Amino acid sequence: MKARIGFFDFAGCEGCQLTVMNLEEELLQVLQLVEFVEFRELMSETSAQLDIAFVEGSICRPGDRERLRQIRQRSEILVALGSCADNGGVNALGSDRTPEVLRQQVYGADLPHLYTETPQPLSAVVAVDYRIPGCPIDGQEFLSILQALLLKQHPELPSFAVCVECKLAEYPCSFDYGQICLGPITRAGCRAICIDGGGYCRGCRGLIDNPRTSPYHRILEQHGLSVDEILDQYRMFNVGEKQP
Amino acid sequence: MKIELDYLTRIEGHAHLVVDQSKGEITACHLEVVETPRFFEAMLQGRHYSDVATIVARVCGVCSISHSLVSLMATEAALKIEVPPQAQLLRRLLSYGEIIQSHLLQLYFMALPDYLGVPSLFHLLEERQELVSRALRLKRTANRICQVVGGRPIHPVTTCLGGFSARPEASELKKLRQELVAALPDLEATVELFSDFIYPQFSRQREALCLQADNQYPLHGQQVCSSSGDTSAVSDYREQIEEYLSPNSTAKLARTERGSYMVGAQARLRNGSKQLSPMGSKVCSALQLNPAGLNPFENIKARLVEVVHYTEEALHAIDDLLLSGMHKILSKETPTAGGQATAAIEAPRGLLFHSYQYNHQGLLETADCVIPTAQNLAAIEEDLQLLLPDLLDQPEEQLRKRLEMLIRAYDPCLSCSTHLLKIDLV
Repeated sequence: MKARIGFFDFAGCEGCQLTVMNLEEELLQVLQLVEFVEFRELMSETSAQLDIAFVEGSICRPGDRERLRQIRQRSEILVALGSCADNGGVNALGSDRTPEVLRQQVYGADLPHLYTETPQPLSAVVAVDYRIPGCPIDGQEFLSILQALLLKQHPELPSFAVCVECKLAEYPCSFDYGQICLGPITRAGCRAICIDGGGYCRGCRGLIDNPRTSPYHRILEQHGLSVDEILDQYRMFNVGEKQP
Repeated sequence: MKIELDYLTRIEGHAHLVVDQSKGEITACHLEVVETPRFFEAMLQGRHYSDVATIVARVCGVCSISHSLVSLMATEAALKIEVPPQAQLLRRLLSYGEIIQSHLLQLYFMALPDYLGVPSLFHLLEERQELVSRALRLKRTANRICQVVGGRPIHPVTTCLGGFSARPEASELKKLRQELVAALPDLEATVELFSDFIYPQFSRQREALCLQADNQYPLHGQQVCSSSGDTSAVSDYREQIEEYLSPNSTAKLARTERGSYMVGAQARLRNGSKQLSPMGSKVCSALQLNPAGLNPFENIKARLVEVVHYTEEALHAIDDLLLSGMHKILSKETPTAGGQATAAIEAPRGLLFHSYQYNHQGLLETADCVIPTAQNLAAIEEDLQLLLPDLLDQPEEQLRKRLEMLIRAYDPCLSCSTHLLKIDLV
């Protein structure tokens, strides 16, 4: 029997589910192995039991918690899809203010239906079995994690930094331009796509397991950059995470 | 009646339509859009100008390119950063890619199941494999435009203040051109498919707003034009467009002094049909679509006309890029002062405004975003209210389907469109 798979979303841009959709021809091949039984963006149906639930977005409202618990209850495996689900992502950028203040700032009023709490990752509410980091996720990484799950293996994320992929691809180092880059401490798996695009790493895939902070501080010093500058960048996608 | 609408974030999520009816009379008919407020405008406060577009792209996965580009344009106008002509052309090409992919997703995955009588396109995997493959092939080609120019289809990585941080290789552009040409037979088949359907008859006078089409079809620009004949500067958007509270709702809707209005494919076509590409005009006739028509169900046809139009424009843009050779695509001026500006763009679903104020340190002080779906909501509701009385004697299933089709025709947002409606008949 085909594995029963569902996609769910909470607060987020749904770019991660769209990345799955964008697998296009590969998606057709995936559909020979699995059955999509819930995918709100594309289907009207719902299902009772799931083998794997991929959940995108952050938890912001009391009702979200209950809905997530129900998804957890009927799913064998639950995977956090993308950085909003994994660590709060950009949704958490307003965490330095209370939701009341945010509502005042944006709406000029504090209205009951706008009630939210500080955005939280899924793991604040339920047990998360696996996670696919990134803003948005990388489609190929999604496929390899799905493949591992279908083979009843434990999918693993790269334990090395974006710098490794960047060096392998022989991209010029951002620091040489005097540009802050989070490549040295950010988990690889994106093939350094932002550096390939002429930009720098903003850390959307979160921290590697054992970031080597002292050499990193040295790099910053050598290039005349400050810890505050790097933390400012780090907080764009990682407000909810510990600081390196 | 209650409409919960958070116009500040993308409206992606659940929407409910509530119809209150007693003794054959409709006492209330309204659309409830329920989405978690994410407070983007507040989160942008205090951010450096170099981070704003990256953050605000995350408002919406489907139209992240439009949000990125309009954000960059607003910041560039506020901080007086020039964008080289070749970068502007690349930005147009990138916009084409996003509109084509968003429209194709809507046409094949959202609208088509209604017309073929299936719950989702996945139900046709076996019976009509060719159709599903074609949908995915076409979508892939559109995404390839975004990939080649923007670095990836969602949340682009090459767009930056002053232009682009990386350019597509000429060889990549040539390959992309071949792929677009190869997609033309698939587009023909798509036109054939959609010209066979019977679209519900319904029409209502409504104003249509889009960016001014001067010598090209609406896309980027400084002037907003209306089907009423009025034009106004983008920077005066707050005088043209009033956001208001509905009597029964605390959420904001939008109107001009003439009332509710529509934005998006049909609005662009209505005001800009003279600038359609030759292939676009041809498709317009093949679909028997009157560009000045007022049937919102035909938004679907307008979207398909645009897919073909923008594909043709994309081919021309690639030719222009290849023929003109490599020119500057990035201006690296460092802003010296703060400033305030508004920019607008035609996103797949219509007019999108971003307005920013920066202080002299280059930190954002205030931001305001007006998204297309928020502008269409009042028009959708008024359509629903007019459409409903004629449908009340139909079986509930029929009624539900028809109302869903109407709302989907506006393509209010990706996620709303398939699992949109919980219709409460009270």
